[in-house]
This record gives sequence, structure tokens and C-alpha cells, in this order.
Amino acid sequence: MDLELSPEDAAFRAEAREWLAAHVPGERLPSLETAEGFAAHRAWERTLAAGRWSVVSWPLEYGGRGASLLRRLLFEEEYYAAGAPGRVSQNGISLLAPTLLRHGTAEQRARVLPPMASGDVVWAQAWSEPEAGSDLAALRSTARRDTGGWLLSGQKTWSSRAAFADRAFGLFRSHPGADRPHQGLTYAMFPLDAPGVTVRPLGRLDGRPGFAELFLDEVFVPDEDVIGEPGEGWRVAMSTAGDERGLTLRSPGRFTAAAHRLADLWRERAAADPGGGDPCGGDPCGAGGGLRDRVADALIRARAYQLFAYTRATGPAGARPAGGGSTGARPAGGGSTAGGSTGAEASLTKVFWSELDLALHETALDLLGPYGELSDTAPDAPAGGGWADGYTFALAGPIYAGTNEIQRDIIAERLLGLPKGRRG
Amino acid sequence: MMFALDGEQTAFGRTLDRMLGGADAPGAARAWAAGDPGPGRALWRRLADAGVFALAVPETYGSVGPLPVELAVAYVELGRHAVPGPVVETAATAVLLGALAERDGTLVEGGGALAERGGTDPAAPAAPVDPVDPVDSAGRWLPRIASGQAMVTLGAPQAGPYVLDADAADAVFVVSGNALRQATGHGPVQPSQDPARRLFRPVCAGPAQATGPRPDPAVAAAGRADAPGQVGRPGQATGPSAGPARADGLRLDGPAVAAAAARAADWAAFATAAQALGVGLALLERTVAYTRQRSQFGRAIGSFQAVKHRLADVLVELEFARPLLYGAAVALAGGAPGAGAEVAAAKVAAGEAAYGAARAALQLHGAIGYTSEYDLSLWLRKARALRSAWGDPAGCRARVLAAHAARHPVKPEVGGVWHTIGDEAAR
Repeated sequence: MDLELSPEDAAFRAEAREWLAAHVPGERLPSLETAEGFAAHRAWERTLAAGRWSVVSWPLEYGGRGASLLRRLLFEEEYYAAGAPGRVSQNGISLLAPTLLRHGTAEQRARVLPPMASGDVVWAQAWSEPEAGSDLAALRSTARRDTGGWLLSGQKTWSSRAAFADRAFGLFRSHPGADRPHQGLTYAMFPLDAPGVTVRPLGRLDGRPGFAELFLDEVFVPDEDVIGEPGEGWRVAMSTAGDERGLTLRSPGRFTAAAHRLADLWRERAAADPGGGDPCGGDPCGAGGGLRDRVADALIRARAYQLFAYTRATGPAGARPAGGGSTGARPAGGGSTAGGSTGAEASLTKVFWSELDLALHETALDLLGPYGELSDTAPDAPAGGGWADGYTFALAGPIYAGTNEIQRDIIAERLLGLPKGRRG
Repeated sequence: MMFALDGEQTAFGRTLDRMLGGADAPGAARAWAAGDPGPGRALWRRLADAGVFALAVPETYGSVGPLPVELAVAYVELGRHAVPGPVVETAATAVLLGALAERDGTLVEGGGALAERGGTDPAAPAAPVDPVDPVDSAGRWLPRIASGQAMVTLGAPQAGPYVLDADAADAVFVVSGNALRQATGHGPVQPSQDPARRLFRPVCAGPAQATGPRPDPAVAAAGRADAPGQVGRPGQATGPSAGPARADGLRLDGPAVAAAAARAADWAAFATAAQALGVGLALLERTVAYTRQRSQFGRAIGSFQAVKHRLADVLVELEFARPLLYGAAVALAGGAPGAGAEVAAAKVAAGEAAYGAARAALQLHGAIGYTSEYDLSLWLRKARALRSAWGDPAGCRARVLAAHAARHPVKPEVGGVWHTIGDEAAR
């Protein structure tokens, strides 16, 4: 058991670090939940792709480097340590791409993946519906058979990135007579500017259109835009859901970087106001009380997640395919797009990182005292508003990708073997 | 990188689990708490036969250690099965004696080194001969620790004012300041929250095993240890780098004792973290089993979402403490300078996770969990005690922060935002 990087992995890390140092924008980009910010982030995706860093774990032929899960973790450590921007292509890269690599056809992969890697096509997810959030089996939007394809109708909501994105993917009820609610679903991709699609941006907590409602009225989708077998969408989606919760969506790099910045912030705060009235008591390493403990816990928990991920990336579990009972087909080119987690284990991960993210940012705002109230648009907002913006985003963590309540049910039933009970 | 247990290590844990599962460890813990160490000592010998106590003993003493990863695997099982006795302290003593002997061994082998390290006055007449020195102690004790013939315990500033199980141990080693002594007795038992942890104040009337420049005034003043064995001549040692006289005529750096003791304390904290993780796992396992079969309102209580969620949170905490424990093991194995902080992180996480498991276990067992007759109490009470043993959460967190500060000097430019209304008015 060791934590030593092989010379090859160390060289990969060094190459990433060097490239990022030379290319990461010096100024914080505007929020990607604004039109201006979305464009700026898309441009950053293109820069990343030009350096072949946008999708390091993908196979070479689609723009990746065929990197192992460990190397992807290392890349993301470097990425967030360098202060690089959040990824506007996250939905496509972490949710749709693994699904295509596992369940898509060669034609679909060749057509969809390269423009996703380059940022030319940005994807939105269209999973949730007004009556179906974490309970995807309650979906009501329909896919009706048509010549050469399907007609999609219904309403989707909480569709992340949809206000500005190009295309979306989601589940539709295609076989209404199916015996059980999670049977008879079909997984389809569709353009957001197709005839019959209405996009209504929804302001998130801070008023920015972080997501949208989608109204679909007989939107035609050709057969080649259905992923997997029609009616088998649940099975296809579940492997994706595992990715969403696990390491693919939120690998530890962002939390280790944020925890280090938090510890820096705490010491700056203490140094700026030693003694009287300072929540740190002026002694960064002394008995400063609650905030000190919270800062230390953020460091400890970020390290725990990093080491947990290393275990999954290098141990026997790392060789397991994501998504529990999925087919286990690995992408060509030796890359790893799997989250390195089984479905139920991804629930463990999701609860951990979402709560860590929130605790980290809450602690930062508390440390900032009166500055913690400032929105990220305030001229005085510390760190260019990064803490405030991060806090707003972190608030959603326990809700999206399946609420933490649902994750705890999964953990209890599938990992601890407790009896199934009624939801809610 | 290969950051996972290998098959042999996993199998070692399973073997210990099976052995302890069939050995009535709870019975031994109860006897131990009542002052009867017999069953506990029998269990101890079986653990030694399985190789557990050899893991902290260096190879130079014909043993297999130090092997921190395997030690973590083993101590998780000791915690899971509530094995009583100074298991942590025995391992830490092995590390301490091993570290001292390793250092002192070079002195013994090379006369030149002896003079070189002898400080300001290598020609000074030797102090009265003390029959026990670190090398001798190591040679005498380490093989017996490894084989299970000797159960020893250790007191050190990092452990607090008490020594665990001084009444049952074959030897009680006490570090204070730069001196290592062997206690000649102990005060009355100070019952712990966990009755299977018997705490004592040591009494050191015998000769120092290795001495520092001066007697530790705190220890002398406390009256719980004295320093008649202090053999350095007054005024001889002038600072930390000056070699104090050795009882047997060798000279040993005083700080070497403190350094070895610090290393031993890290191992003790590490082994305690492993033990705590095991305690937490046992509490979770037992509570899951209980809530599956206990019915209320016509349903197994484990089917209630409030119960499930509490247990799910316990599992999350335990599963994320585990990698920290093995991260600390890797750091200790590599002798990295940051190992202490990694150990501290593991100690916080495992200690808090185990305590959270205890709180959940007690609540979900209801009143039956609140009885001493029910075995659950063995783990419930240990979880609380282990939180502060060999490093309390506050001290461990401070260590983590200090290590971060050392690695990442503050960037001054970010501090400029702070201002008050008074500043504005002054402008």
C-alpha cells in the first residue's frame, strides 16, 4: 500500500500543472449562469480542448488522453489548485458521455463526443419533471413512435445549463402499458432549438438562470438519437446516475483546493485582526473555538475524500465498472470514464461531498464576518466573490443528483441491508 | 500508487476477526474491568501468536515490524471485538524502545561515535552503572513484547496524566521531559468511563532508563514520580545539544528520548484511531442487526426513514475515516515529516465517527442499550474514552492546521479587504 506516483503519473501531473499555469485566466470569469459568463466559459472549454485537457479520461479518438481514473483525479487536483474556472460542459462530460461510452453506438459516439469535448456543443440535462425529482420512475413526459424516430412531449424542469445550452438529454415514457413505473422509458437526446421546444429560464436562488423549464410539444427525435434500446432507458440512466453522484461529477480536487483556500483565509483573518473581537482569537493554531475546528475539519474531510478516491482509483474497486449492474464495457483506448464506484457506493460519496462542500463555504462566510453577507456581485466581495458564488452553488448539492434523503435510503437499504420502507 | 489493502492484509484482518469472534472477548473485557486480567492475558497470548504485537517491533529484534498498515488492520479488529488491555500502549512502547535502541545502537557499536556524541565532556568519569539502558531494554523487552510474553504500558505527556492498565502490565514505562523511566508502582485505580480501561498515576522510584539534562520539575512536584535515578551531574548539561550523562556510562542525547517518545505517541494515536474505527464498526453492525429485528408500530424499526438516515450517516463517517487511517499508515511507514498531521487527521475522523456511532447506537437501541448488562455498553463507553486518549480532537485539529500552515505560507495580498467604518471615516 503506497501513495507514490509512478514516474509516468508524476510526469502527467507536472505536464498538467505547467499547462494550467500558462493558460488559466488571471481574472475570475463571470458567472456561467449569465449569457456573458456562459460565453466566456465556452471559450475556456475551447482553450482546454486545444491543449487536449478538456476530457483527459476519454479515448484518444474523441479528444481525450485515455487517462486512467487516477490521472483524472490528479488532473482535477491540479485544475482546481490552479484556480481554473468551473466547467460549463460538466453535464455532458460527466453524465451523457459515460452513458454514450457504455450504451451508445459507435456512430453516436463519433458524432456527439468530439463537439462536446471542444465546447462547441454544450449539453443540458433534462431528467427532472414537475412531479418527478428524485423519483424518476414517476416521469410523465412521453415519447410516441413516429416514422424513423420519436415524438417527445411533456414538461421537464430544473434543467441545469438549459438557459444557454445547445442540446439536452433525458428520459421519456415510451411504453405506457409497462408493468412497472421504471419500465418502458426511453433515453433520448434533442436540440434545445428544435421545433416544439420552449425554454423558460428559471432563476435559481440568486436570481440567475442556472436552470430552465423545458416544454416539449411533439419534438421529433430520429432513432439515431435514442441511446440504448427504446424502453430500456431506466437501466441506461441508472449507470449515469451512479456517475453523477460519484467521482465523475465531483472528484476531490475541487474540495482539496477549496479547503486549502479556506485554511489560508482563516490565517489571513487571524493575522488581520489579532485578538479582541476576532473569531479566531488571534492565534491560528491555538484554541480558537468553533471556527478553528470547522476549518480543520474541512481540511481533514477533503483529505479523506481524496484518499477515498485514490483507493477507488488504484485498488480492486477501481477496476469495477460504474453503475452497479451495468454491462461493464470499458471505453476503447484504455481510458476510464467510470466513476470508480458502484451505484450504492456513489450514494455514500454524494452525501459526503455535498455536505463537505456546504460546510466549507458556510465556514468561509462565517470567517468573513460582515463580508460574508456580500453577494458575489458586490465590489467588496472577498476573493472576487468566489466564496459567495461557491456558497450559492453548494446549497444545491444536497438536492441535485438525487436528494441526500434518497441517497441515505439507498445507503441504508443497499449497503447496510435495512428493510425497505415507504419513501417520504 | 496502490492505495488499497492487498489480499494478504485483508485475509489477516479476517483471520483475527474469526479468532476473536470465537474467543469471548466481551467476557474478557468484563473480567478485565472487574480487576481479573486472566482471560484478557489469555486473549493477549493468542493475539501475539497471530503476530499482532510483532507488528510494532523492528526487524532488527528478530521481528517483522514496524508495519503500520498491518497494525491498522489488526487494531481495527481489536476495537471491533472490544479487546481489553494496553494494546495501544504496548505497540507504542515497542516503537519507543525500538527508536531509542536504533539510535543508541550506533553509539554502542562505534567508540568514535560515543565520544563524538558525548557532548562537551567525553572524558568525564562515568556515572554509576545502571544495569538497564535503552539498548538493553530493547533487547530484553522487544522480543518479549513481540511474542506476547510481556504486556507493557506507557505513560507520556501526549497521553495525559494517567497510564492505562498499570496494575496488569509487566512493565510500566514513563516518559517525562527528556527522561524515560520504568515505574516502580502506581496509585489507586482511577476508573475510566470505560471500565475496561483502568487508569493509574505511575510512581517512578527506580533509576532512570535514560535521562535528560535535568529532572522534570513538573513530574517531581506532582509527587507521582520522583527522580532519584537522575544521574547526570548538576550543571553538566548546558542545553539540548549537550549530551547528558548516561547511567551506564554511555551518553545519550536527552532530546533523543523526547523525539522517540513523540514518535511513539504518533503510533499510539494511530493505533487508537484504528481501535476507534473498529469500535464504530462494531456499534454500527450491532445496531443494524438490532433495528432489523426490533419491531414497533408493527414494523421493523430499521424500515423507518429516521432510523435509516441516522445509520446511513454513521456509515458515511466511518467509511471516510478509513482512508485517513490508511493514509496515516502510509505516512508512518515512510517516516514522512508530515506523518504526525496525517495521524491527527485520522484520529479526529475515527474518534468522531466512532462517537457518532455510539450516540446513534444508544438512541436506536433505546433503554436496553442503556444497561450495563447488555454487551453494547462495552463499545459505547469505549467510544467516548478513545476520543481523548492519545490526542483529543482539539489538539489533533490544531496539529492539522499547523501542518497546513507550514506547507502553505500565507499569501499576504488576499488579506487586504478587511476594513471598518472607522477606517472609512479616517480617510
